[in-house]
Amino acid sequence: MTAILAVRDLEVAYGSIPALHGIELSVEKGEIVTLIGANGAGKTTTLRTISGLLKPRRGDVFFGDKTITGLKPHLITAMGVSHVPEGRGIFANLTVNDNLELGAYLRKDKITKAEYERVFTLFPVLRDRIKQNAGTLSGGEQQMLAISRALMARPSVLLLDEPSLGLAPQMVQTIFRVIREINQEGTTILLVEQNAHMALTTAQRAYVMETGRIVLTDDTKALLSSDRIKKAYLGG
Amino acid sequence: MRKWWLKDIVLLIVGLAVLVGANYILQVLPIQGMAYYFRVIILIGISITLAVSLNIINGHAGQFSLGHAGFMAIGAYLSAFVTYFYASPYLEKLPEGLNRLVLQNVFFLGAVLFGGLCAAIAGYLVGLPSLRLRGDYLAIVTLGFGEIIRVIFLNVEKLGGARGLSGVPAWSNFIWVYFFAWMTVLVSMRLIKSSIGRAFLAVREDEIAAEAMGVDTTRYKVQAFVIGSFFAGVAGGLYGHYLAYLNPAMFTFMKSFEVITMVVLGGLGSISGSIVAAIILTFLPEGLRMAKEFLHMNSDPRMVIYSILLIVLMLTRPQGLFGRRELWEILARRKDTVPKETRDQDKGKMNRTSGPSISE
Repeated sequence: MTAILAVRDLEVAYGSIPALHGIELSVEKGEIVTLIGANGAGKTTTLRTISGLLKPRRGDVFFGDKTITGLKPHLITAMGVSHVPEGRGIFANLTVNDNLELGAYLRKDKITKAEYERVFTLFPVLRDRIKQNAGTLSGGEQQMLAISRALMARPSVLLLDEPSLGLAPQMVQTIFRVIREINQEGTTILLVEQNAHMALTTAQRAYVMETGRIVLTDDTKALLSSDRIKKAYLGG
Repeated sequence: MRKWWLKDIVLLIVGLAVLVGANYILQVLPIQGMAYYFRVIILIGISITLAVSLNIINGHAGQFSLGHAGFMAIGAYLSAFVTYFYASPYLEKLPEGLNRLVLQNVFFLGAVLFGGLCAAIAGYLVGLPSLRLRGDYLAIVTLGFGEIIRVIFLNVEKLGGARGLSGVPAWSNFIWVYFFAWMTVLVSMRLIKSSIGRAFLAVREDEIAAEAMGVDTTRYKVQAFVIGSFFAGVAGGLYGHYLAYLNPAMFTFMKSFEVITMVVLGGLGSISGSIVAAIILTFLPEGLRMAKEFLHMNSDPRMVIYSILLIVLMLTRPQGLFGRRELWEILARRKDTVPKETRDQDKGKMNRTSGPSISE
């Protein structure tokens, strides 16, 4: 099996301060892979570099058999990698529908009725909110919108940055259920999370990051039963 | 496919007819001092063009530009260059008559468009390197740009330098000014409904998210600058050919601030807001001239009153007159958010307490 997304020896720095020291990871088609770790470990930096928002100092990002290192973000999105940024990044002063249409920005065609229905099946609450300003939505609804919006670009890989951030436990359950559904419909997912328990029970494989390095990688089942992980990330 | 441009052409023809009619009526109105009011009305038209064009950059695309006077100066000087040195001497050799009048207007249109085009090119050149900057940094770069343009014209002896260029042919008139104001509004309204406008809004709202959506933010920021500065250049051309005189001192950063004030006061992103604010802020300094006599003061208090009014307006409506909405959206909302029965029952109270909230 070939990786749909791979990162080789990635080094990123903010000015003179290095953030990533030689990250190696790969995601295979159809997988959910998660990247967990503490604050400041470099998870968001990794995602942002993959989607082109940051330029690496060294190393490569591959999408399929093409390198996408250092390409502009809109070109990477056009190739099929959609990024749901941390803190959701919805357009607060535009309506929910405007947000969705912006998600389909690079497409030549309009959003089909079936696609709207798919969004409403995944997140029924968005149906009632469609004409509302996105800023008036609750945190959870905004996250739903951010994910739906990313889907409008018909990505083959979805990069999710902390989808559980600041959400009520019940909302977290909903979001993760939908993440699994989206994955089952064929979208590959790279998930960055601080909520290690949810991430490990959702994904098939995981990378653990500490201070800009990947320190551990394994199947999530193995990690869930590993003492080190239990102690450091699962509170036990 | 719906032919949207057909509707625009009809609108344009109707608009022109209205303009010609209004021009005639305004000139024959038997009001004392009408010439003065007419002048204010024309300056209002130029302000509308300036404010609506800056609104594309500041309001829609969210790029804080302080260089609008610079783009205006480019349009003013370069269109005057064409008419003053080439078109006007050529026309003078022709016999008077309809032929000459038509040719004069054709030359004028060409010159104004040329000025706009040069301003647009300048907008592009400023845009490329500086639009990687954000917020305050961009504001400072555009401020510097505007001053550089002014200083350049200050030192070009051929265009009058510090003495200014007098004798610019006074070819601008009510019809031209409002024709271009109308064009600016039309383009701006079409733009905001198009995919380009949507991209502008995305850039304004959240640049990172916009990039993640596949919006090439740099490209759209440059585009906003090019379109906005084109119309600023056009406004400059109209201005110079109306006053028949140009001086670099007309295009200091104070002029940029004046336009910024209009856009912010009207509500960033609201086209109708920019129009209304342009009308108010151009009329106000003139209308306040009466205050001196009225208050029996020795010195003229109009600029003090003007400033106080600005402060009061911004305190009471920090989001601008119309917020981000358009006038017609607010009016439509007012009608359908208050249920009919309750509105009839308790009219006065409803209007005060539970009218729709216009704040964002």
